[in-house]
Amino acid sequence: MIRVSIDPAPIELALELAALEERGAGGVASFTGVVRGGDGITALELEHYPGMTEDALCTLAEAAMDRWNLLGVTVLHRVGRMAVGERIVFIGTAAAHRREALEACAYLIDRLKTDAPFWKREWRGDAASWVEARASDEAAAAKW
Amino acid sequence: MELLYFAWVREAVGVGQEQVDPPEAVETVADLVGWLATRSPGHAAAFADPAKLRAAIDQRFVPLATPLNGAKEVALFPPVTGG
Repeated sequence: MIRVSIDPAPIELALELAALEERGAGGVASFTGVVRGGDGITALELEHYPGMTEDALCTLAEAAMDRWNLLGVTVLHRVGRMAVGERIVFIGTAAAHRREALEACAYLIDRLKTDAPFWKREWRGDAASWVEARASDEAAAAKW
Repeated sequence: MELLYFAWVREAVGVGQEQVDPPEAVETVADLVGWLATRSPGHAAAFADPAKLRAAIDQRFVPLATPLNGAKEVALFPPVTGG
């Protein structure tokens, strides 16, 4: 079972994890991305390509279901403006055993970084700057 | 052809989308980027350095060398930075 959502609303971690546990799996793994503070950052803004983003995330979730024996995959990504400490992204996987859940979770976040059309902008008070892509993200995605 | 722009490409051009009818000599996404750069100072700023751009045709990522082949929707944007 796949759940994909792109939403300005906050991510409800406990509800999402509980829903994955209810799939009857022996193991649930998850990754949560949080807006990093420091360096004067006051907020983060996420832009995306409506339509293509949903397709890209569904394609990734389906690829994970094909590659590992999973009972559930959840991929949630927030868009719009977020304060430091707020959740940006949530990946959850449910499987009979830990290795499949953990590997699929790592695969999903590595590939989401390069395969889904999102763009981050950092705000420092009234000043905004677009975040540049990192070569290390390309390398992490390519290893899968 | 419907064009979509995102992130700093959108800001430089000044709009998020526009309809264009490129000449026949514009065969690939790279050709399109070169042609768009001549349309206004904002376009010129956005499309000056193709190495900084990525593209999607009909909502699929493609290399800039890809032929347009009657594409309905072409999006131009910086490398993605989600997650």
